[in-house]
Amino acid sequence: MDAYDKQLEEEIPDFEEHAPGKHGAFDISATVSSVKIHGWKQVSGILAVAIVILGGLELLIRLFHVPEFVFPAPSATFKALVTSFPNNYPHFLITLGELVAGYVVGASIGLVLAAVLTQVPYLEKVITPYILLLICTPTLALVPLLMLKLGFNIWPRIIAVSLASGPMVMINSVTGFRRTDLAKIALAKSYGATTFQIFRKIRFPLALPMIIVGLLVGGIFGLITAVGSDMVGGKMGLGNKISYYSSLARMAHFFAIIILVAIIGISIWILFSRVGKKWASWTE
Amino acid sequence: MDDVIDVQKVSKVYASERGPVHAIDRFSMKVREGDFVAIVGPSGCGKTTLLWGLTGLHPFNGGRAYILGEEVNKPRKEVGIIFQQSNLLPWRNIYQNVSFPLEIMKENVAEHEERIKELLDGVELTGFENHFPRELSGGMQQRVSIVRALSYDPKILLMDEPFGALDAYTRDEMDTLLLGIWKKTQKTIAFVTHRIEEAVYLANKVYVMTPRPGTNSAVFDIDLPRPRPEGITMEQKYFEIVAEIKRRIVKDVEKQKEEGVYQSQAYSTVT
Ligand SMILES: Nc1ncnc2c1ncn2[C@@H]1O[C@H](COP(=O)(O)OP(=O)(O)OP(=O)(O)O)[C@@H](O)[C@H]1O
Ligand SMILES: [Mg+2]
Repeated sequence: MDAYDKQLEEEIPDFEEHAPGKHGAFDISATVSSVKIHGWKQVSGILAVAIVILGGLELLIRLFHVPEFVFPAPSATFKALVTSFPNNYPHFLITLGELVAGYVVGASIGLVLAAVLTQVPYLEKVITPYILLLICTPTLALVPLLMLKLGFNIWPRIIAVSLASGPMVMINSVTGFRRTDLAKIALAKSYGATTFQIFRKIRFPLALPMIIVGLLVGGIFGLITAVGSDMVGGKMGLGNKISYYSSLARMAHFFAIIILVAIIGISIWILFSRVGKKWASWTE
Repeated sequence: MDDVIDVQKVSKVYASERGPVHAIDRFSMKVREGDFVAIVGPSGCGKTTLLWGLTGLHPFNGGRAYILGEEVNKPRKEVGIIFQQSNLLPWRNIYQNVSFPLEIMKENVAEHEERIKELLDGVELTGFENHFPRELSGGMQQRVSIVRALSYDPKILLMDEPFGALDAYTRDEMDTLLLGIWKKTQKTIAFVTHRIEEAVYLANKVYVMTPRPGTNSAVFDIDLPRPRPEGITMEQKYFEIVAEIKRRIVKDVEKQKEEGVYQSQAYSTVT
């Protein structure tokens, strides 16, 4: 017998329409509908702004002979991006690997924990403060300690990424799973649905918009942590290259790395806004 | 055994912060196979509680209720429920919504496709299979929920003010539509409403409940021709029956007030 049997015994659900995904800490619509780019007019507008900014920057830097260590010209940055790519590529892969490995572990644990904990209100109340603690403490701060124990290899970074992304996924998914709609659960129960069917066909789809938000935010937090951990120690990863070039004041190369990091971040955003559009567009 | 629904002195007491609330007190009712019974009563008298008790999701705490001769203690496949709000799943299209019960019952939905299409056609929703609930009007959504309840062909339909949220015009249309479905499918229907006019138009028999706690007040056999002729709701005989039931309800309230037991419906948050 599950919790909803008990709840249904005590109260008749109201049928007020809940709008899942509309009232959490994060709003799914931000990821699925905020930027809709279509039509050559918009695309050319966006490109025009980029050209104006980059062109203006280039012009100013050349006009006033700004040295590279103060600010690199866009052309110099672009050149560095291309020429140093063979050099940076392995580091790109390492950071990406840290991110993906840590994220897959952290996000899965976060998701499963959220699904299980919301079934047991007592456990949820006991565990949530610790999850909040993990969210509020930058896990980056733990990396030096982890490196002391595990060495300057990839493992402390993977752990840091999963500690950063997991709680983000979890806390948002919990918000989603908690948004149970008793009327819809009653509906499924009236057809004799099992606990698992209710989870799969009602509670999970209801939670999905918030889960997707959690996955997106968790991905971005994971990326920040991966790059940050690279900076702490060792001789690899994009973060490491960032500190390296900035210490030499080779700002064109520095910005080239920033662009690589941004590419990963933007890809995460595009991925989840696609997923959101496909699976959570009903909240719009 | 032709009493498809047999309610014997059921009671329900809610534990609330302000102390126990007696919603229903020893209410009894019998519904025969193929019958259309309406249950009316003032707001807060326990009509919704009664119907939910019959679904098996929200058990009574006194008395017994039988459906098809078996005591009600869990939801059953022979019972379809339709409530005031259509309660459709917003992430499923109309076809997926109406086949939802079959899916839960692990039926092969494809085998029922033709029947579902027919049912949708019966409520004039052909062509809306791939639409999503938010694209439909309230009346259309409620028709979807009727088809959903019929999709697994239950013998009994329990309805709690199914058209209460609709505008007057749509409501009358839905009443006529429901009578058509009833005639065609020969379901047994228990229909809760607080609109006496609707009860008299639809039902063969009207159970009147007293104000809270809901007990049996009276039962009226509605002696109007079937199928209901056009314009029946303008006729003297119809008005007389409606007036008689209304008088009865007013009298029940007066009586409770005289005895000083009438409770204002301050608790009545559930509809
Ligand atoms: N969970 C609950 N806790 C406490 N009291 C409740 C609860 N649910 C219902 N009640 C009370 O029980 C009584 C019967 O409620 P119910 O919803 O069955 O009435 P109803 O006849 O359907 O009313 P309406 O005509 O307004 O729909 C009401 O007074 C209501 O306030
Ligand atoms: Mg009610």
